Amino acid sequence: MAEIVLDNVTKQYPDGAVAVRDVDIEIADGEFIILVGPSGCGKSTTLNMIAGLEDITAGELRIGGERVNERAPKDRDIAMVFQSYALYPHMTVKENMAFPLRLAKVDDTTVEKKVRDAAEILDLTQHLDRKPSNLSGGQRQRVAMGRAIVRSPKAFLMDEPLSNLDAKLRVQMRTSVSRLQKQLGTTTVYVTHDQTEAMTLGDRVVVMRGGAVQQIGAPQFLYDNPANLFVAGFIGSPAMNFVPASLENGVLRSALGDVPLTDRVRSLLEGAEAPREVIMGLRPEHFEDARLVDDTVRSNGVTFTNQVDVLESMGSDKFAYFSLSGEQATSAELAELAADAGSADVPGGGVSLVARISATSSAVEGEPADIWFDADKVQLFDPGNGRNLTYRG
Amino acid sequence: MAGIGGAVTTGRKARWTVLNVLVVVYALFPVLWIVSLSFKTKETLGDGNFIPREWTFDNYKTIFSTTEFVRALVNSIGIALIATAVAVVFGTMAAYAIARLDFPGKRLLIGVSLLIAMFPQISLVSPLFEIERGLGLFDTWPGLILPYITFALPLAIYTLSAFFREIPWELEKAAKMDGATPGQAFRRVIAPLAAPGVFTTAILVFIFCWNDFLFAISLTSTEASRTVPVALSFFTGSSQFEDPTGSIAAAAVVITIPIILFVLFFQRRIVAGLTSGAVKG
Repeated sequence: MAEIVLDNVTKQYPDGAVAVRDVDIEIADGEFIILVGPSGCGKSTTLNMIAGLEDITAGELRIGGERVNERAPKDRDIAMVFQSYALYPHMTVKENMAFPLRLAKVDDTTVEKKVRDAAEILDLTQHLDRKPSNLSGGQRQRVAMGRAIVRSPKAFLMDEPLSNLDAKLRVQMRTSVSRLQKQLGTTTVYVTHDQTEAMTLGDRVVVMRGGAVQQIGAPQFLYDNPANLFVAGFIGSPAMNFVPASLENGVLRSALGDVPLTDRVRSLLEGAEAPREVIMGLRPEHFEDARLVDDTVRSNGVTFTNQVDVLESMGSDKFAYFSLSGEQATSAELAELAADAGSADVPGGGVSLVARISATSSAVEGEPADIWFDADKVQLFDPGNGRNLTYRG
Repeated sequence: MAGIGGAVTTGRKARWTVLNVLVVVYALFPVLWIVSLSFKTKETLGDGNFIPREWTFDNYKTIFSTTEFVRALVNSIGIALIATAVAVVFGTMAAYAIARLDFPGKRLLIGVSLLIAMFPQISLVSPLFEIERGLGLFDTWPGLILPYITFALPLAIYTLSAFFREIPWELEKAAKMDGATPGQAFRRVIAPLAAPGVFTTAILVFIFCWNDFLFAISLTSTEASRTVPVALSFFTGSSQFEDPTGSIAAAAVVITIPIILFVLFFQRRIVAGLTSGAVKG
């Protein structure tokens, strides 16, 4: 068990492409940290550098206080779970799990005991003599975990370990990964592109984009206080709504109407040197059916009327989708998020909006509805550089 | 041919059986014919009967009583085994490098080996003859082993690199993470998985060396290194009026046996889908 420190770590390939730029992360002993970002953001490269499977071009990597840049993977004492599981097909489950111990020349009785223990934790005892080809996806995944935990390494590295499982099993395994990590208390670095996994699993989340760290923080903090447009759009499902707005005399003019600046927003904006044109960010849950909001609360927000395009009932809530007239918010960050989500080519002019409203709402698809939102929850971003102007750091 | 879902009707089974028998008979008929010839006596050789009327082992006794054939058999086995071993060892290393590493000149190496594989061998016979005479390799074992390795290597590299490419790269990374040195990773993870490929290649290379006639007849002149296919062509009867057909048939049967044994021995190891279950997808 040990802390892992990435000190200005950079990865540049021989052809000049920079995969990871100046990454600074301090991972505490026993912490569960998530690297998250769209494909190509450098999260896997970062993990591979910690593992020792890729060289570090510049900067320093310390595990347990020691510089390990030049050490081979086998001398770093860390275990890794691969996306594809990478089980040895010619070995049984038992042999797979014993392999790291055999290489470490551990004596037979200890190997036997450790494999038994790990198998018990992972509920694999009855499968020990089977070959990986005869196991289900979830079992293979557990064997891969078993191979990692069996030698009690300083840290676990997990490279999208759940992405090959089907949706239901993934949710189940997510909980067991979390429980296992708590139980073992081993420092864990977990890579995923799934923001739900990032939100639910980690003690802290590192959001990456284009090889650079965007923000590091606890999941809830990232959700409430995204440092920039990218983090705001990436974390949260459904994603935050972005509406272009302009700041005029302490009022935000937007397609949703004029939004008064509350004291909180005003004080945060003061030091931020906000430009005139901004992007207003609103989480779907900060909307509500206006008829269900009582009058005292109602005055703290803005009510607008628009036609409901699609209404999805989730049972506990309803998701209402609107399209507003006017320009869509544009910035490099949002374009990248759209490309990652595959929605870049989806036609549709104007601004689209998602609101999570109460299940008791009487809004009807295709008919206008009065929708209220909380003006105090508004986040404002600079469209030029994506910075959150209302960031409370 | 177990049928999908296991529901194989009798009619379907019968159709398959008939078809299989037809194919096997068609493929094996010439072989059976030569086996039949090898058991016939001199008098009944030309009688056109598929099943010999009089069975005899004389032909076999004759060929094994001559040093000509026995010596050729020893040459054949020795030369083919050595050439196969060397070609497979070098082929494995080269194929692994081609499949896994990026090194300068990789494309050139692949190109050149392809070129060698496509080169008509007959065009090389005269230069090889001259070179080997100049170097004193003519009519020696190395004189045949070297050209065999040269022509077998491209084949070996091609087959093996296809096999190596199928072994997931992540297995090697996993082995590294589990604490293996590159040598251990190769020995304990990659080599066992590549085994079917290695055996397949060994069989192909062995058959190539074993069957070669062109080099063997051009680069040998005495029993010192003459291989069986060539020795066969030099068979004569005990007098010039005697027909060596029976002996040739017996010898042909005998030289088929090592190939059959070789294939049967290694067949068990060529299990398709050995890597299934390693990685998903």
